[in-house]
Amino acid sequence: MPMQSHLPAGDFRTTYAADTVIFPTAAGRYAAVAAVVLLCFAPLVLSQYWLSILIQIGYLAIAALGLNILVGFTGQISIGHAAFFGLGAFTSAYLSTKLSVPVFFSIPLAAVITAIVGLVFGLPAVRLKGLYLAIATLAAQYILLDFFSRAEWFTGGTVPAIAEPFRIFGFTLRGDRQYFYVVLVYLVLSFVLTANLMRTRDGRALVAVRDHYLSAEIMGINLTKYRTLSFGLAAFYAGIGGALYAHYQEVVSNEGFTIDRSILFLAMVIIGGLGSVMGTLMGTAFMVLLPEAMEWISALLRGGPIDQALALRNNIAFLREIAIGMVIVLFLMFEPDGLVHRWRRIKAYWKLYPFSY
Amino acid sequence: MNTQLLVQLLANGFVVGTLYGVVAMSFVLIYKATQVVNFAQGEFLLIGAWFCWWMLTKYQLPFYVGMPITLVFMVLFGIALQICVLRPMVGEPIISVIMLTIGLATVFQAAMKWIFGTNLQPFPPIFATQTVNILGLQVQTVYLMSLIVSLVMMAGMAWFFHSSKYGLAMRATAFNQQVAQSLGVPVKTVFAMAWAISAVVSAVAGVVVAVVNGVSAGLSAYGIKVFPAVILGGLDSIAGAVVGGIIVGLLENVAHFVDSEYLHWGNLYEIAPFYVLIVILMIRPYGLFGTKDIERI
Repeated sequence: MPMQSHLPAGDFRTTYAADTVIFPTAAGRYAAVAAVVLLCFAPLVLSQYWLSILIQIGYLAIAALGLNILVGFTGQISIGHAAFFGLGAFTSAYLSTKLSVPVFFSIPLAAVITAIVGLVFGLPAVRLKGLYLAIATLAAQYILLDFFSRAEWFTGGTVPAIAEPFRIFGFTLRGDRQYFYVVLVYLVLSFVLTANLMRTRDGRALVAVRDHYLSAEIMGINLTKYRTLSFGLAAFYAGIGGALYAHYQEVVSNEGFTIDRSILFLAMVIIGGLGSVMGTLMGTAFMVLLPEAMEWISALLRGGPIDQALALRNNIAFLREIAIGMVIVLFLMFEPDGLVHRWRRIKAYWKLYPFSY
Repeated sequence: MNTQLLVQLLANGFVVGTLYGVVAMSFVLIYKATQVVNFAQGEFLLIGAWFCWWMLTKYQLPFYVGMPITLVFMVLFGIALQICVLRPMVGEPIISVIMLTIGLATVFQAAMKWIFGTNLQPFPPIFATQTVNILGLQVQTVYLMSLIVSLVMMAGMAWFFHSSKYGLAMRATAFNQQVAQSLGVPVKTVFAMAWAISAVVSAVAGVVVAVVNGVSAGLSAYGIKVFPAVILGGLDSIAGAVVGGIIVGLLENVAHFVDSEYLHWGNLYEIAPFYVLIVILMIRPYGLFGTKDIERI
């Protein structure tokens, strides 16, 4: 079927292949390619500050994508995602410094190791669901964090672990301007990979497990396999995100991987839209920009009456946490389908303008 | 082997365990009556304790005035929370509700830090005498009070469920919401009441802990400790929650004893319940007293 610039008004698809295309219109595909190309020029124009924010969005979005596969596509839940993110970071740091594995290989290797640990913690998931799983992953979060603080050979204990900078073909990529490309490549790869995963037999099996696991099992889907698999995948992406974080910061310390970070990942996925690949990116951008926006607002208000009444300068950290929690609650109550749904509504509105109703 | 230390730790574990039991009980109450898993249970303790502390220090109220005001506040708080936030979520998937309570927990915790600061604040002393002599043992009055309050709350809960009209309504709702509603049980009232009772009971536990240890953000850790307790006891069993709480309290202290005497790994006190939690989930996810649910299409 040839690519169309507009969708027909109705469902005229006749093949499964046409039903599972990633970009239903040519315009959508060109827009995605153009966005990536534009991003390639970002380091030339944007300031250091904005680049660091973009890099942050990049590695967090990769990890959040893993969580979305688990929560949004498979309908499992994890409150321990930050621990896997941390495991990826520490593993890659350990491989690159202690075992002197080149960073180019240590990132995927760290992701594989994280995925294996994820599979181990996913084993209870075979028997558990919903709430029990939430509690099991909560326990995993505490156990892994305890392990990080205990295993000094691995994490350095109280001293932060050192991670080597990213090196490829003898070039060292460090600093925001160069590292940006590393994150961009990984980001595009992960998103293309995930979008395609959802078109395969395995991806559809995951969705079937989410929608009705008993029916899925009766139709011959191996529940054990797909539940553990989704845990492994989630941990794999968390591992990549964590490893990218490690080589960006070049030091990894224990503090960044607490349950608060896990909640932040959950928030990204909820706000972006459960079960939406593009939504994950939107949600991550939202959650990264929210604290920054609060910083700007408090800077604007500095010295004003509101600033004095609320003591913004001292309490900005708490206000940020409140904002994160409020955003989760409000989105779940009023927009459970996330930003991606809102975005579709806006697009539909303008497509039909001025005859929208 | 240091027997005296062990006895001391076991006694501590029992006292703390009964408190865990009380908090677990109020967690199970919400779960049974409204099918909501409340990840913000620990924050109820925190809010109750801070509010009581605020009444007692800021307004210099005596304890027997400040405490009832706290309880009234918690009743209103529980009802408001149920009506404004949880009621719109009825019928939503369980994962959404879990994440909603996680969001609430984040908000409450940060709000408490914002309002009251991050420092540990000592509670004004409530008892004139610090220790009492029981059978030759010097027991701190606050521990004794903690134990008595916990036992009284457990007895009160048992009475409520078995002998009061609303307790019966709540059990009926827990058994089957639709049937209960069609028989004239006011399910909305029952839901609001479950949250109110749970908030009050948690707040009492919070005040008790605060009297012993002072008030700080660390109080909400009790909300996390609840999970090993309820999983051990069975999620839908109130008696199981109490037993589970006591077991977790004892277990923590035994782990601490083994750690300090033999292993020297450090921090085993904190982490041991979570290992037990994982093991229980693997072998018997419905717990010691919970009902095993069988699903049909």
